Amino acid sequence: MMANDTLLAVEGLTLEVARAGMQVVKGISFTVAPGELLGIVGESGSGKTMAARAAMRLEPPAVRRVGGSIRFEAHEITSMPPAELRRLRGARIGMVFQEPMTSLNPSMTVGRQLEEGLVLHRRDLSADARRRLVLDMLDRVGIAEPVAALSAYPHQFSGGMRQRIMLASVMLLRPALLIADEPTTALDAVIQREVLELMVDLTRDNGTAVLMISHDLSMVARYTDRVIVMQEGAIVEEGPTRDLLQHPRHPYTRKLLAAMPRRGPARDVNRASVPIVEVRDLVVQYSGRQGFLRRSAPKRALHGIRLHIDPGEVVALVGGSGSGKTTLGRAIAGMIQPSGGDILFSGRPIDGPRRGHWADYRLNCQMVFQDPYSSLDPRMKTGALVREALRLVPGMSGPERRARVAEVLDEVGLGGDFAERYPHELSGGQRQRVAIARAIVRRPAFVIADEPVSALDTTVRAQVLDLFAKLQQRHGFACLFISHDLGVVEQVADRVVVMQHGSIVEEGDRDAVFDAPRHAYTRQLLSAVPALEATPDGGVRLKWRFADEPLTIRETDRAEAERSARPRSELEAGLG
Amino acid sequence: MSYSAPNALIGGTTIGVVAVAALIGAVWTPYDPLAIDFMARLAPPGGAHWLGTDEFGRDVLSRLMAGASTSAWISLLTVILAVGAGTALGVFTGFVRGWVDRVLMTFNDALLAFPGILLALGLLAVFGANKYGIIFALGIAYTPSVARVVRGTVLSLREREFVEASRVMGNSEIYTMWRHILPNCIAPLTVLATSLFGWVLLAESALSFLGLGVPPPAPTWGNMLAASRAFIAQAAWLGIFPGLCISLTLLGINLLGDAVRDRLDPRMRGV
Amino acid sequence: MLRFAVTRILMAVPTLLIVAIAVFALIRLVPGDPASLMLGDLADATSLASLRHNLGLDRPLPVQFAIWFQNALSGDLGRSITSDQAVLPLVIERFWVSAKVVMAAVIFASLVAVPAGMIAAWRQNSALDVALVAVSTLLLSVPTFWLGLLLLLFFGLKLGWLPVVGYVSFSDDPWRALLYLIMPVMTLFLHEIGVLMRMARASALEVLRLDYITHARAKGLSESVVLWRHAFKNAFAPTWTLIGLMLGNLLGGIAVVETVFTIPGLGRLLVDSIFARDYPVIQGCMLFIAVIYVLVNLVVDLLYPMFDPRVTAE
Repeated sequence: MMANDTLLAVEGLTLEVARAGMQVVKGISFTVAPGELLGIVGESGSGKTMAARAAMRLEPPAVRRVGGSIRFEAHEITSMPPAELRRLRGARIGMVFQEPMTSLNPSMTVGRQLEEGLVLHRRDLSADARRRLVLDMLDRVGIAEPVAALSAYPHQFSGGMRQRIMLASVMLLRPALLIADEPTTALDAVIQREVLELMVDLTRDNGTAVLMISHDLSMVARYTDRVIVMQEGAIVEEGPTRDLLQHPRHPYTRKLLAAMPRRGPARDVNRASVPIVEVRDLVVQYSGRQGFLRRSAPKRALHGIRLHIDPGEVVALVGGSGSGKTTLGRAIAGMIQPSGGDILFSGRPIDGPRRGHWADYRLNCQMVFQDPYSSLDPRMKTGALVREALRLVPGMSGPERRARVAEVLDEVGLGGDFAERYPHELSGGQRQRVAIARAIVRRPAFVIADEPVSALDTTVRAQVLDLFAKLQQRHGFACLFISHDLGVVEQVADRVVVMQHGSIVEEGDRDAVFDAPRHAYTRQLLSAVPALEATPDGGVRLKWRFADEPLTIRETDRAEAERSARPRSELEAGLG
Repeated sequence: MSYSAPNALIGGTTIGVVAVAALIGAVWTPYDPLAIDFMARLAPPGGAHWLGTDEFGRDVLSRLMAGASTSAWISLLTVILAVGAGTALGVFTGFVRGWVDRVLMTFNDALLAFPGILLALGLLAVFGANKYGIIFALGIAYTPSVARVVRGTVLSLREREFVEASRVMGNSEIYTMWRHILPNCIAPLTVLATSLFGWVLLAESALSFLGLGVPPPAPTWGNMLAASRAFIAQAAWLGIFPGLCISLTLLGINLLGDAVRDRLDPRMRGV
Repeated sequence: MLRFAVTRILMAVPTLLIVAIAVFALIRLVPGDPASLMLGDLADATSLASLRHNLGLDRPLPVQFAIWFQNALSGDLGRSITSDQAVLPLVIERFWVSAKVVMAAVIFASLVAVPAGMIAAWRQNSALDVALVAVSTLLLSVPTFWLGLLLLLFFGLKLGWLPVVGYVSFSDDPWRALLYLIMPVMTLFLHEIGVLMRMARASALEVLRLDYITHARAKGLSESVVLWRHAFKNAFAPTWTLIGLMLGNLLGGIAVVETVFTIPGLGRLLVDSIFARDYPVIQGCMLFIAVIYVLVNLVVDLLYPMFDPRVTAE
């Protein structure tokens, strides 16, 4: 039975991986009303993406529907003949994908890809009318030069621009339902907000309902009317967004909400007379690419950075991609040779005449990397990985080393037989714990953490952050915490440094920066993350800061694409 | 991949049978593979000679077994030579980088501009057509491709975060290379060595077929095939059995190679 | 785009230079005096002396190379020891014979194998896919010289449909020329199908997994449009490179097929010259094949942006 005000009704949908016979979606039911914004939230493995794709019968071939019905308007999707289903796809139900790098066809011009849907579903339109519609839509989604964009290829645009083009391509057909699968996960916070707001505007104008799938509860909360929470293939809770956030009933929802990063009390940091690490006028410059024809102009990644970190202090370095924060971290870690300026450890330059001082710094400065799948040698066991860090510590005997390794593994919650496991036998969170153990096993005075939790699921992220804070408290190492996620930064940092285009634009104590930012870029960054306030029911109330801050950083199409395509190769050049 | 298990099984069995035949063939064959018996000239398969005899009355089965051990031995040495030299070169250039790398790799790539078999033919013209000539010619001809793969692997491993982590620990470059990079090259090298074995076996047979391989009367599958051409109308079995041996061995290597690749390095699938 | 083309063309120059050096060096590696190698054992002392002077053998190696290279550039690759013909015209004449066979085989094989590989990938793990993979692996494992013999045995001797061995030039008798070419072309064709189908299938599998394919389906496009308009070009790009490599490799390895069917092609010329120790011809063949190989790959690379425009971006 279907009420008139129901657009999509899913009932008892069950999907399983055909080969393994494992159920990934377990008999879920939900509805979407016309014009409604519905969010589905869950961590990886919750089955949210499969459920959404099944609504268009676009589940991957390895996944099989074993039960349930999906009704869209008056049609039963599950038993629809393919030809009829194709008339629905695109025209009535549109879909936006996560990865802007792979969701547009690289070998077709943007114009042809946009026109394709119109040619298929709007036979009534002349070629001229189609072109006009496409141009209007490109203009509407904020593409600076729509005519030029028609004959350009996707790789000529930045990630944010591609996601706009994607939106344009789907909304051109004015579908009744838009399924958006993690539409902005791969984008920077500020661009994320821009794209989402565009999506909400566009769908509102056309009366399109949105089914938004995301792992990011606060983002879903900001834009949707109603939320469904999924865990391991089942719906655990469902309700109006605000209610569900403030009065969660299911323990898993509470756990998710509790895992959202929030500000802790400000800590007292001993302001020492000599900072543990100090950076003076640091410049990193990459020599241009050497081509056959010419050498391109050198590119500056860092323009004279000044920064200090006191003993025991956690300094967060924030900024979007291309801001230079990672480069700065690597330069401080001694992995990129700076072109100018000094790095001082305990007041003495690390590249000074005394090489012994460099060795001392090397022992005392350690690093935690972003990707736990790439930062551990796949051919070494956990114990050996951590023990390796002690290899160069002078004056430690074998038994002492073994004892230290066991102790540290225990500290990060990987005691017992974990030492005998290989990285591929560990989960992402466990791997990151190993990486942390490896970084702190030498008892360093200073740790650089480069996006240590951004590859992790919400609840795992919270656990790892807690562990990190605990260890930092116990061992008292200073930390440079590099992150693009202001929520995380708000939770861990004593002091915050904001970077943009290779320079520091704002610096200050955490509370000062978060409550009274001075620079416009900081305000834009902050406008993308909510402040959390706990409710008595174990839920949260979200407050959006600077929500009316104009988003002035419009990407200029080509230039930005070039920038975003480069960081990795620059890294190579810098290391060479 | 779903074919992995049957692939490994069929491939492994085939290679196993060939390897056993080659091992036995090295020490014992039903008849002396070189013994001429004009009474039994061109005897069809069956009877005293299971797979028949050739134009000199030599036992085909014995010659196939002896040929298997010759071919296996040549291919093995060639693969060891190419993998050894290529790995050394690839690791070295991937390690030193800079202009040394650029010069060596430009040279290496230029050698890759010769189709492998052509380079081998040219080198054979220098070394002369005999067992060791073939080993050196093919070994040198295939070294550039190994060097390229190894260098690529080393360079991409260098960008991995665990290598950077090793550097942050203060480990020396040589230690990092030895402890972290080389062990991670083993998987792609195994995949490469498996297919290389197939290429070399094929190339060796082709050279023998052309008369540029191990000189007669010593039997190889390739020169047996070549000799069979003249008698193909009267004695088809002379052409069928050696070719079947080569094809089955290559099939085994290809299947085994697919299985090894699926297991060790999913990214190299289908290359 | 222009920059991409110019860069790519310039990159071929050092390669060609090193190829020339390698070919030059190869002959110098042969023990013995190059001049007597060039003229053969029966040469008299005066012609030896004059050749030594012409080759600059009394001068340092780099000068010798410069002389040889200059001659090669002007098309003078020396004269054959056995037949006293000029090497370059001989090589070119034989090249056309081989090129016909190789081109025909590769074109037919691509036309069959690329669609077949795509369809296998499209229906991955279906019975059709398993069958196609099995057939291609089987074809891949049969060496051309044996496949040729089998075809010869079957179509030539058993059925008597096709002439067994030999070669007839097109200018003499087009129809018979075609008949003589069928089996050699079929031999290479069957072998290359195996190689190409596996490659096409693997790259199609990669592409079909990507979001833009799902996006195309989500637009309501039919499977055939999704496959041909969206998957084909992208999946074909790596195969296109392989086809280029294959052309060169076939040219290098065609000697065996030419031996089976007694075709007077470039491969056979090279092998015969190795037997005859006809060094100028060996040198000429190797240089010619390597240069063709480099040029073919250059053309393949220059056309690559048709399938993947991303390569032109830096």
